[in-house]
Amino acid sequence: MQYTSVEKIFVKGNEAVAMAAIEVGCRCYFGYPITPQSDIPEYLSRELPGLGGEFIQAESEIGAINMLLGASATGVRAMTSSSGPGISLKQEGISYMAGSELPGVIVDIMRAGPGLGGIDASQADYWQATKGGGHGGYRIIVLAPASVQEMYDLTMLAFDLSDIYRMPAMVLADSVVGQMKESVTPNLRPQTVLPKKEWVVRGRAEGTPQNVVKSLYLGDGEMEAFHWKMQARYKELADNECRWEEVQTSDAELIVTAFGSTSRIAKTAVAMAREAGMKVGLMRPITLFPFPKKTYAALSERCKLFLDIELSTGQMIDDVRLSVARDVDVAFYGRPPGAGSLPTPEELFEQIKKNYRARA
Amino acid sequence: MKQVFTRPESLKDVATHFCPGCHHGSVHRLVAEALDEFGIRSQTIGVASVGCSVFLYGYFDVDVIEAPHGRAPAVATGAKRARPDRVVFTYQGDGDLAAIGMSEIIHAANRGEDITVIFVNNTTYGMTGGQMAPTTLPGQKTSTSPYGRDVSKDGSPFKMAELLSNLDGVAFSARVALNSPKNVLNAKKMIKTAFRYQVEKKGFSFIEALASCPTNWGMNPLDANQRVTDEMIPYFPLGVYKNTANL
Repeated sequence: MQYTSVEKIFVKGNEAVAMAAIEVGCRCYFGYPITPQSDIPEYLSRELPGLGGEFIQAESEIGAINMLLGASATGVRAMTSSSGPGISLKQEGISYMAGSELPGVIVDIMRAGPGLGGIDASQADYWQATKGGGHGGYRIIVLAPASVQEMYDLTMLAFDLSDIYRMPAMVLADSVVGQMKESVTPNLRPQTVLPKKEWVVRGRAEGTPQNVVKSLYLGDGEMEAFHWKMQARYKELADNECRWEEVQTSDAELIVTAFGSTSRIAKTAVAMAREAGMKVGLMRPITLFPFPKKTYAALSERCKLFLDIELSTGQMIDDVRLSVARDVDVAFYGRPPGAGSLPTPEELFEQIKKNYRARA
Repeated sequence: MKQVFTRPESLKDVATHFCPGCHHGSVHRLVAEALDEFGIRSQTIGVASVGCSVFLYGYFDVDVIEAPHGRAPAVATGAKRARPDRVVFTYQGDGDLAAIGMSEIIHAANRGEDITVIFVNNTTYGMTGGQMAPTTLPGQKTSTSPYGRDVSKDGSPFKMAELLSNLDGVAFSARVALNSPKNVLNAKKMIKTAFRYQVEKKGFSFIEALASCPTNWGMNPLDANQRVTDEMIPYFPLGVYKNTANL
């Protein structure tokens, strides 16, 4: 589907992911059914064949991530999607992709866990996504949409960043954003300058070097050299690609920080606080890896009280605490994910009031 | 002087790390000869697996993707679907294909992916030190079956060539051995046929190659070769189990 106009459409978050993937040139999708993300494979199973693309319902999440590995190795844009239990199974393949410096997009519509958990919204897979969920010590790009528009835009961005930095990229959302319908302006594919993929396996034609996509390093110093190279790449990412949204932070005496769906509720609560005359702002990281550390550091030079809000018992708060100045208090309010635990704006407003009054 | 024997172009001019008497080198050569004879080296993508076969890219002069343990058929599926104009083959051992990768091979075969799978069955995990494999023979002693494989607890060895031939998606399935000149010549023919299936876009092709592993069997190369005749072939009969296009 090529969009020639920028007329608004009214779609689900999951559908916006699938539409953006097609718009940005993804023609290979490999997945396995799991709630609450099945709209993505359903949409792509309908649309990709007519575009000359490939849709495979894989035998398992493990099969799907390895099909993504194989397709990405040939240089095409490819994607998989899943939710907690499936993302756990994909970690082996994600680790191999990271070790092989392969691009590829993984969409994680988080659900409550551990185990089979529940299908309700959750942010409890922040650690799994941002700290390298598989073995070996690696990172992947993690983008956290808070609206259906961002599901669209950040899916596109995930493909571009993944190609530019030769790393897997994850769109980390949850069932609130995935299942919600909002109006979206289907932007055209951004005019990004992408590096030529010289490294792909394509058949070793005469005069071209042998290309090998691999993650095995046995020679003296080879593995260490790989890690230092990746550390430099992560730094480059952090220097150039951090994205965030600030709301009324310039005079804030308390800055609420939250990502994804929870930030939507927090934003309403911040507006309620402003209405009540409290100087409260919002800092919403959009890139969770790279984490916008410098922005937190800068904000915390002036504002000495942060309130981190998550739909978990606290995971992003680790990164917030590591980013802010040492004399800053970081309060926390979170609820474990599961049916009925999504906080209301009033509930978060109460937390803001409580912390605001107690500030130094 | 006419040169009658030379290294296939698809193989690099390097020494392998394989142990004396190991059959991997023979299988490598036969696959390389098939690539040369079809003139497809420059269009071929190999998928290496985990185990002794992981160093595929060190020996074959083709582009290679290294797959996680057992996942080569899924990786090959992704590569072939993305680049249907390429020849894609996997090269896997018995632990890789018939234990941790059983799901991937069965489903790739059942989908009838247009790929060629070279399965090297030496009844043991070679790289990790001779542990019990899904194809370890009944009573065979290994480093993790020190009293011999007990089929009442460990099950019986998988006969992959027969098992896969039962799937509608499989076009060609054959078992070969490399322990005699006659068997090597036949293996050459079968491996070439397997690649012909892919070149002619006639579907999924599978070769099971019975191979020796002298080091992990605790045998000298000659005795190991003899074991293929005496113990393996009686349990894993050689032959063509499926040949849908009669190639």
